[in-house]
Amino acid sequence: MIDVKQVSRYFGRVAAVNDISFQVAKGEILGFLGPNAAGKTTTMRILTTFIPATSGTATVAGFDVHEQSMQVRKRIGYLPENPPLYPEMRVRDYLDFVAKIKGVDAKRIKKAVDDAMGKTAITNVGNRVIKHLSKGYKQRVGLAQAIVHNPDVLILDEPTVGLDPKQIIEVRELIKSLAGEHTIILSTHILPEVSMTCERVVIIDKGKVVAEDTPENLTKNLMGAQQLTVSVSGPDKEMADTLSKIQGVDTVQIKSQGKGQAFSTLVVESKSRDELRPVIAKTIVEKGWSLYEMKLEDMSLEDVFLHLTTKEEGSVQ
Amino acid sequence: MRNYLAIVEREIKSYFSSPIAYIVIGLFLLLSGIFFYLIISNFMQMCMRADMQAQYYQMAPPKMNVNLYAIRPILGNISTFVLFFLPLVTMRLFADEKRTGTIELLSTSPVTNLQCILGKFTAGGLLFIIMLLSTSVFMILLFIYGKPEFGPVAVGYLGLLLLGLSYISFGVFFSTLTDNQIISALATFAFILFFWAIGWFSSILSPEIGKILNNFSLIDHFDDFAKGVFDTRHVVFYCSFIFMGLFLSFVSIESSRWRGR
Repeated sequence: MIDVKQVSRYFGRVAAVNDISFQVAKGEILGFLGPNAAGKTTTMRILTTFIPATSGTATVAGFDVHEQSMQVRKRIGYLPENPPLYPEMRVRDYLDFVAKIKGVDAKRIKKAVDDAMGKTAITNVGNRVIKHLSKGYKQRVGLAQAIVHNPDVLILDEPTVGLDPKQIIEVRELIKSLAGEHTIILSTHILPEVSMTCERVVIIDKGKVVAEDTPENLTKNLMGAQQLTVSVSGPDKEMADTLSKIQGVDTVQIKSQGKGQAFSTLVVESKSRDELRPVIAKTIVEKGWSLYEMKLEDMSLEDVFLHLTTKEEGSVQ
Repeated sequence: MRNYLAIVEREIKSYFSSPIAYIVIGLFLLLSGIFFYLIISNFMQMCMRADMQAQYYQMAPPKMNVNLYAIRPILGNISTFVLFFLPLVTMRLFADEKRTGTIELLSTSPVTNLQCILGKFTAGGLLFIIMLLSTSVFMILLFIYGKPEFGPVAVGYLGLLLLGLSYISFGVFFSTLTDNQIISALATFAFILFFWAIGWFSSILSPEIGKILNNFSLIDHFDDFAKGVFDTRHVVFYCSFIFMGLFLSFVSIESSRWRGR
């Protein structure tokens, strides 16, 4: 549905986006993740025909964003970082206007606006003037604006910014419910959002794609090793020796000596991805030591993100 | 066409849902009203003096020309006020879209830049027409209490319309250059003031250059309209001026896409 090929965009001599390529399949939700100034907004602006790329090509729904921009524009709904609202207008008038300029049939405008307001739960503020709405409602009006003409592709730049936790969950649910019918690109710097809503993630940093995969695979591949924290009471030295002899365990470190504490904390690392916990537990029990806690340290998307983006920084310097 | 009308409608609604339209029309009417009163009182005094003189010399009282002594100065005054008020009408057209980010909505919708510019120009023009129509109260009063000729009044208003639309077209242009409404208004004002007064340089410069400059003067071309003289040369001048402003707006909007702002 969306095909980006070697797109670059320079502002003066600075590359905001540098040789980016990725694809999005029909009905997919793609998360676009990156620190501030990574080039997320620039990429989205190129896809929405707001600005042209310096080089490379991008197609949306089979139409080139530069050559056939009017065709592209009919098929996209775009929510920029700041929702593009006219503060002096009433919500319903505003959505009417957007539906008109997006090319919705005159007869279907009323229904389209009603549907969009229903989906984003803003029907009750339809007659309010936009500037008097709270930030959360403004954001939802922005979202309603993006879906009012039922576009094939939705491009959302940080759609949950400024919402309260309940609204964030609602908006995420809404976005999920829109997938399938619509193809969605969603940019964010909130990582749990990506693991919760997106099927695939593109991580970009300094204008380049640094990773592209499902959220699960990204964490899995990066982990490489698994790490267990074991809290156990017993003779430290002997425990470490015993545990390191278990099949699959590579290193055992004693993190804190159990002075004044009932137990010691051992960190067990393994390069294999086999499940080690039952074996370790069994060994400890057989030796007659007491096991307090055992935890598999899961690497979150945060770690992946930090790892990828800081590594990039290191290699530049 | 549909997009164009949608933009016109939205702009007009936005003028009237913010205080701008009411303040501009209100103050414009107030000022023109004061000057209408001054000019008419002046004209009455003149008539009375002429009557007294006629009685003194035992002659028939002279016919005083309302068109010449009242309507012409009124139109002249309105043409000056328009110079101050229209930059306030056009300042927000693009500048505000840029400031609030709604320009992103317009430029990612299937609306061409031309539809957008013409829509905004038309909306500004319509507000200006409302301003002009509101001054017709003065003319109605003159027609009730006097016998002015209608033709010259109509030509005068046509002149005002063309003059105002020239201001508006460049107001649209300066509005595309900035996201600050004050800068937009000031730049428009300075620009049209320059072209308003360009004829004044002719006294300093050589007569040849002065003659050329006079041809560019916005107000010189208005003189004939105020006299009630319809001359296509002036119509062509104003139309070219309007076209130039709209063309520059178009170039500015297209290029801002490439600059990425």
